[in-house]
Amino acid sequence: MTDLAQAVVNGILIGAVFALVAVGLTLIYGVMDIVNFAHGEMLMLGMYSSFFAWSLFGLDPLVSLPMTGLAIALTGALMYYGVIARVLGKSPLAQIIATFGVQVFLRGLAQFLWTPDTRTVTGPWADDLRIRVAGVVIGGPQLIMAIGAVVTTGAVALFMNRTRTGGAIRAAGEDPSAASLMGINPQRMYALAWVIAGAATGVAGGLLMNGYSSSPTAGVTFVLMAFVVVALGGFGSIAGAAVAGLLVGVAQGVVGLYAPSYTLAAALALYLLVVLVRPQGLLGTR
Amino acid sequence: MSQLTSDAATSEQQEPHHSVRRTSWPGWATTALVFGALIAYPFVMQDSAAHNIGILALTYAIAASGWNLLGGYTGQVSFGHALYFGTGAYVTALLVRAGWSPWLAIALSLPVAAALAVVTGYPVFRLRNHYYSIATIAVAEIAFLLVTNTSWLGRSNGLELPITEQSLANLQFSLQDKRPYYFVALALFALAAGGLALFLRGRSGSYVRAIRDDQFAAAAVGIPVHRYKLAAATVSGAVTALAGGFYVMYVLFIDPQSGLGLDLSVSFTLMAVLGGAGRFWGPLLGAWVLVIVQDVTRHEFSGTGRSIDLLIYGALITIVAVTEPGGILALVQRLVKRARRTEATP
Amino acid sequence: MTLLRVEKLSTRFGGLWANRDISFEVENGALLGLIGPNGAGKSTLFGSIAGALRPTSGRLFFDGRDVTGWAPHEATRAGVGRTFQLMRVFASMTVLENLTTAAYVRHRNSGVARRRAERVVEAIGLGPVADAPAAGLTAAWKKRLEMGRALATEPRLILLDEVLSGLTPTEANEAVEIVRRINADGVTIVMVEHVMEVIMPLCDRLVVLHYGQKIAEGEPADVMRDATVVEAYLGKAA
Repeated sequence: MTDLAQAVVNGILIGAVFALVAVGLTLIYGVMDIVNFAHGEMLMLGMYSSFFAWSLFGLDPLVSLPMTGLAIALTGALMYYGVIARVLGKSPLAQIIATFGVQVFLRGLAQFLWTPDTRTVTGPWADDLRIRVAGVVIGGPQLIMAIGAVVTTGAVALFMNRTRTGGAIRAAGEDPSAASLMGINPQRMYALAWVIAGAATGVAGGLLMNGYSSSPTAGVTFVLMAFVVVALGGFGSIAGAAVAGLLVGVAQGVVGLYAPSYTLAAALALYLLVVLVRPQGLLGTR
Repeated sequence: MSQLTSDAATSEQQEPHHSVRRTSWPGWATTALVFGALIAYPFVMQDSAAHNIGILALTYAIAASGWNLLGGYTGQVSFGHALYFGTGAYVTALLVRAGWSPWLAIALSLPVAAALAVVTGYPVFRLRNHYYSIATIAVAEIAFLLVTNTSWLGRSNGLELPITEQSLANLQFSLQDKRPYYFVALALFALAAGGLALFLRGRSGSYVRAIRDDQFAAAAVGIPVHRYKLAAATVSGAVTALAGGFYVMYVLFIDPQSGLGLDLSVSFTLMAVLGGAGRFWGPLLGAWVLVIVQDVTRHEFSGTGRSIDLLIYGALITIVAVTEPGGILALVQRLVKRARRTEATP
Repeated sequence: MTLLRVEKLSTRFGGLWANRDISFEVENGALLGLIGPNGAGKSTLFGSIAGALRPTSGRLFFDGRDVTGWAPHEATRAGVGRTFQLMRVFASMTVLENLTTAAYVRHRNSGVARRRAERVVEAIGLGPVADAPAAGLTAAWKKRLEMGRALATEPRLILLDEVLSGLTPTEANEAVEIVRRINADGVTIVMVEHVMEVIMPLCDRLVVLHYGQKIAEGEPADVMRDATVVEAYLGKAA
């Protein structure tokens, strides 16, 4: 029984991180109706930023979080102005292929610059923490990752729903021409959306380095989880991503307890189930 | 029945509007030119290395053409098409190792691939296009993991095929003179191209293009969208499997990396997109360009594990999508049109 | 003879009833106008009839058959054609190819389908743009293409969704003529329209929607005098 409880707790903790990983993806989709197939690679770059901040400058992943967030925020802006802005009016095919191209490029870049080897941060501060509650062990890294994820997800949600700029971004997403009549510059709002998504994803990457290793294909591994979470929560809904993240985390944890090699298949099964039963997801709008 | 569209309404009136009638498609002249060049190639280029390039180019052209039917013409972008290539290769390999005729083995791998295509697409084809793309990533990843963890599929070591007596029946030829392999590949390409052309002319061709352009409007004009997406996926998977089946008979070896890898899926997408997605000869052009580029980069940047391939592929895909989504063929078409216009103006 | 019967049709989105208990009948050969202020639920109703939406409750009968919740392609096969408010042309095709694609629902053979499409081209005057790429057309031509495409499916009933909005007076007159001709040919028409001057002389019956419910039905002159209708359009102040 404690094994199950442990699996559930771990699942909740990692689920919070899944949620944050998915936030950037669902945000972009909600605002621009574009699926960023390079999302996983942005996460991967976040992980590498965190790693290099540690290996080159000795900064603990928690300390370098702002830098990591900033790095990927800039990446998001670059992606928007360099690629996305140029395919906005084009066919859905062109848009899908454009972000796919960036995915391949970033993966190739990582492989070329940093080799296929995995990179791990050894001995992060989070390792020193360990809590035991009612027979369940909560490891420092898992806890820190979860807390950081919850805080960041909440911050993004608050920004998007409670601030004027957030409202402006959502307005630009819903009706660009109406928004511009109100004095909002849609292009700038789109770029801002990419910056925020990048920041959230960068922070997610930095948090993940507390317990995971990075490699050029890390993005591929995590992006599937992100897609499942976004589909389950509803494309475009941050709150949905939060809830779905926890559900997926727990499902993963429980499946991992009984059939460890089937966690990926379980994620796919969950994706297909959601898609069949309720395509718009739990809280989806489109 | 509305008189507006019945024959009687216009029989006594003036000549019905005769629009520019495209006689046939993909066009006999182009087809003759293309195959003429392909047939001439192994005679013009005499060395074995050039033949190898040709064989690989044709093989991948078949695979990319399969991708193109589903992605370029029907708008369902698959990011895991290596699944079907790998299915063709692995099923063929298993059957040949068990003593089957290679031709029968390849033929049998086609319906297996088709079934996989249906299974992948069925749950998601009712939805918007990106759901399918995501599903293809997931299914391909799972297949890769499955094969890597299954002993009778060779795990990551892969499967080897025995060297048998050289003959057409055994699909085994000399490695000194690779031309028989080349011509078999060419024949298979012709077969695939013929099958694809048959699907793409007439009703099914119009229907899948309509689905690509706007699947809601397509449904509104009576198209059973789900059914046609499945049809396109079936043909697409089978054609790509054909390429995989031939490939394993040529190389006599298959492993997850060369048959199911992510990078392989990427290269199929790139070949079609670079040459011209949604254009008939796009994948063929893209395949040749890419195989040649791969050969060149292999010689320039070999052996450090820091391959520059993906970097180039990614950049190419993005550049094409951003500047000319229709690929090289669309670019050529645009330039030709511009040249014609400047000729016409005095 | 009743071709279309809508019976207490209701559709709910989230917490909002877009259509509530709507009932009316359309006679074979009629030209019915569906009007109402913005947001009244007209497009939702069209969606339900054409199969693009599944109503939450209520029934739909076409030619006496219960077709509630049918799929769009089934509707078209049965003889219901439609246009879209936000024009959805097949952008990679020419006008003629758009029409041919629509004609295939009745004729498998590409030659026959193409000939049907050419007839539609003449019937509604798409001749000048028949070989032009559909994507590059002006809004007026696109709307005409939409009508032609619906027509090419050889429908018994066509749902026209605001085919007159955004047109110049000349273009609008031409479009009205086409609608009249289609109806004169025996095709039943239900049209959503905002342009009152057009609706009044054109339609033989009107159905008025407001906040998702039917508030009036009848001949145009009677309907426009109806107090509830006037109130709906002008607000309670009047």
